[in-house]
Amino acid sequence: MMETKPEQSSRKSRILEALENEHVSISFDDPLENEMVLNMGPQHPSTHGVLRLLIKLDGETVLASVPELGYLHRGYEKLAENCSFHEFIPHTDRLDYLSPLSNNTAYVLAVEKLIGIEAPPRAQYIRTLISELARISSHLMFFGSVAMDIGALTVWMWSFREREKLYDLFERIAGARFTTSYTRIGGVAQDIAPETLWSIRNFIDELPGKVRECENLLNTNRIFLERVDGIGIITKERALDLGLTGPSLRACGIEHDLRRANPYLIYKDLDFAVPTYEGGDCLARYYVRMAEIQESIKIVRQVLEKIPAGEVKAGQPKQVLPKKERVYKKMEELIHDFMLINFGVNPPVGEIYHAVEAPKGELGFYIYSNGEGQPWRLKIRSPSFVNLQSISTMMKGAMISDVVAIIASLDPIMGEADK
Amino acid sequence: MDVMNNKILDRLKTKFADIISDATEFRGELTVVLPKERIVEVCRFLKEDDELRFNLLADLCGIDMYTPTRRFGIIYNLYSFTNKFRVRLKTFTEADHPKVPTVTGIWGTANWHERETFDMFGIIFEGHPDLRRMYMPDEFEYYPLRKDFPLMGIRGSLELPKK
Repeated sequence: MMETKPEQSSRKSRILEALENEHVSISFDDPLENEMVLNMGPQHPSTHGVLRLLIKLDGETVLASVPELGYLHRGYEKLAENCSFHEFIPHTDRLDYLSPLSNNTAYVLAVEKLIGIEAPPRAQYIRTLISELARISSHLMFFGSVAMDIGALTVWMWSFREREKLYDLFERIAGARFTTSYTRIGGVAQDIAPETLWSIRNFIDELPGKVRECENLLNTNRIFLERVDGIGIITKERALDLGLTGPSLRACGIEHDLRRANPYLIYKDLDFAVPTYEGGDCLARYYVRMAEIQESIKIVRQVLEKIPAGEVKAGQPKQVLPKKERVYKKMEELIHDFMLINFGVNPPVGEIYHAVEAPKGELGFYIYSNGEGQPWRLKIRSPSFVNLQSISTMMKGAMISDVVAIIASLDPIMGEADK
Repeated sequence: MDVMNNKILDRLKTKFADIISDATEFRGELTVVLPKERIVEVCRFLKEDDELRFNLLADLCGIDMYTPTRRFGIIYNLYSFTNKFRVRLKTFTEADHPKVPTVTGIWGTANWHERETFDMFGIIFEGHPDLRRMYMPDEFEYYPLRKDFPLMGIRGSLELPKK
């Protein structure tokens, strides 16, 4: 089927030429004899941002597809080389903009590893808490959008209602709803107030019931199930080869979770399961994420129970920004603040790679430091970028209406795929 | 040195005694520098060795050292599902016509990583099935992550849409 005759291939290039050049026109004697190239995106509501797909169709069947990236490329890696380590924290919000708190945490953990400091216990607990809340918020968005792309608008409304409550909590934690920039090197920006912790507990107590309501609309809904069951299958071997991580990998039956495999923060003290499903299709990817919401709720409960009192920033004045109110009153703190802001934390010469389990998969930062205030090289290993690579494999042989379901089930965020 | 790092280094040294000369450990992470001609061979060994099984290429990226010799580096961050462990390989290439062999034959995921590295640094991956720019437009002439590319960009390097 893949072998093409010479006249067919020249005809195909004609189609591409016509797509790119407005002056070239094509006509065919029998339109049904031809394959069609469909351009989807970058401005398309179900591509979750600015993903562009070129899809080659035979009737309604997808023969091949090529994702094109770069429509949201802002050059964060170049910017990072010209920012101090502190200055880059706000940029991490804009990577995976559906779970900024998780990116903030991932970045500062990498920098802390490079510098060789550790945040105090309360800050570690807070970071775990916000990472899990970010995971819940991201997965709420996921099942809302997967349902909406398939046509179930109610679920989207309901999941957004819960997400809205979560964003109100983020505002109380970090002072901003979306661009949180909450973590700092050596800790977090400020402590979480006891009332906020109480509100988080209330939210977490209510959430399972609300999620169940949404699940009731989907899990036994024949229209939904037929749109996702057995669609976009990827085998275990292929998923490993293509470097798939996160829920999409666990939906292929591989139990791999960095929180369990290489525990960071306080994950080794927590009791949680790593849900996996066999199948590797859109339905399995949906089930894994729904199960992960329940596990995250479990983790948040444990964190709220165990959270210790104490400082939220490490007492390392040469690397950790002092509290603002002390900067105005104490000479030492003023000097340290001035040095940190102007020259940055000067980590030792060396290179590290640190990865965390972000909602979408393995979010890693590779940092090469030559001892200066800015990183010499900072590479963001974003899960969406790597996961998107497998989309062509999943789409091959699918119908055109499955394309949106497959994109939604992979949950790509172009902010981090394009960097 | 960490036990696992020692083991990896021992395995590599018994197999490739002639090329393993530069191996460092920083913050518990092992970095092994290799000549670029042998990188594919070493990668294949690390992936297929029964004890090590580095079956995930977590990340591949370039780095511009901005030095007269060995200017561009290529960094391979590998992960082993079996051992839950990481190792980093590194290889260098010269500033004129930087070229390294591709590892797409070993890990399929290297495809996009290598395209991105080509896009950002202009490093040619020999044998890559589809070496195109990843983010920048095809007609863009520069390589933005090179240290001699200015942060503000180059005026006129990107054509704006016509009215």
